[in-house]
Amino acid sequence: MRYLLPLFAFLILAVFLFVGLSLNPRQVPSPLIDKPAPEFELYSLHEPDRIFSSKENIGKVWLLNVWASWCVACRDEHPLLVQLANSGVVPIYGLNYKDENSTAKQWLRHYGDPYIASVVDPDGAVGIDYGVYGVPETYVIDKKGIIRHKQIGPVTVDSLQNKIIPLIVELQKQT
Amino acid sequence: MKSLFVFFLHGLNRVYTDRFTIFRFNSISILCLSIGVALLLPVKASWAETEYKEAVPVAENPEIEQRMLTLTEDLRCLVCQNESIAESRADFSNDIRRIIREQIKANKTDKEIIDFLVDRYGDFVLYNPPMKTTTALLWFGPLIFFLFSSWFLIKYLKGRRREIKEVTLSDVDRKRAAHLLDDDSHTENHINKNNKLDNQDHSTTLEQHQKADVSTSENKGNNV
Repeated sequence: MRYLLPLFAFLILAVFLFVGLSLNPRQVPSPLIDKPAPEFELYSLHEPDRIFSSKENIGKVWLLNVWASWCVACRDEHPLLVQLANSGVVPIYGLNYKDENSTAKQWLRHYGDPYIASVVDPDGAVGIDYGVYGVPETYVIDKKGIIRHKQIGPVTVDSLQNKIIPLIVELQKQT
Repeated sequence: MKSLFVFFLHGLNRVYTDRFTIFRFNSISILCLSIGVALLLPVKASWAETEYKEAVPVAENPEIEQRMLTLTEDLRCLVCQNESIAESRADFSNDIRRIIREQIKANKTDKEIIDFLVDRYGDFVLYNPPMKTTTALLWFGPLIFFLFSSWFLIKYLKGRRREIKEVTLSDVDRKRAAHLLDDDSHTENHINKNNKLDNQDHSTTLEQHQKADVSTSENKGNNV
């Protein structure tokens, strides 16, 4: 028994460290989940005269995707967003974060444009309201304008199939 | 439990994961730095200046700057998680510093500014975690651990004391002990006795021998 004690102590420590290793400190849980999405009024990238207000989307489930042409990981997730937009499951809106309009437009021409509208946040003020600290980030917002999920980092096939799409379908059923 | 691990890990993890681009400026700055170090040349002066955004210049008002710095010293830069916002040169920290300056100018209190950030980034942005049910283990874990281990130590020490048996000595034992301590030459007898010799004659002689020994020691005592 007295020889087993150090072994038990070691095992407990090993379990703690193992669990610790599997956690990702970059995935900072957002305090905005289940809170109203911060309102914003920004002009659209393609139609600078048109001011888009986040209130316009009350009554529908939508995605807000934070992207930028300088963001390398955005390129990884972009084909998936285009595919999702084509499937018509959910409207996707873009938040063009700290970007230049000309390069952003060029980027969309090159990689495809999945966005109903992409609004321009040149100094990242709206981004800070949404707690953006890395790009890309994607928010699922429900019919009442409540943030239901935040995807930190690029959207993946796995996260779409297992989390985002089932959540969207469920939220769309709600009135 | 989770929060404990998360807080524990901040201490260890300062790897810039490449899972997704954090900020343009950040990746470029790392690139600049590594190339500069690799070449051991003053690259910074010529090439980096154009690409590399320097830290935002000190604000015109030193009072505001000082207050901003004291505030941001206790705030975590979420991009480079082991640096405070005061130290960090990531774009994220530049933005937060700018926002804090603006809010100080707008006569916001320190608490209002901190709340503004916590609302958006969560408690994780604070280096001093608040006392909450989710952080109870973090706050009281060490105390619980200390109490538990002291309890264990006391229990262990008491148990050990119990294991050492109290032996009551009879007069005969005392005499024998005194006798054994008295003279080394007699230890032989003691050993012989323990060997439980079969030989009857031998044992009787031994007993006699011992009696003689006892009497001599008694005599000695009397003489003194």
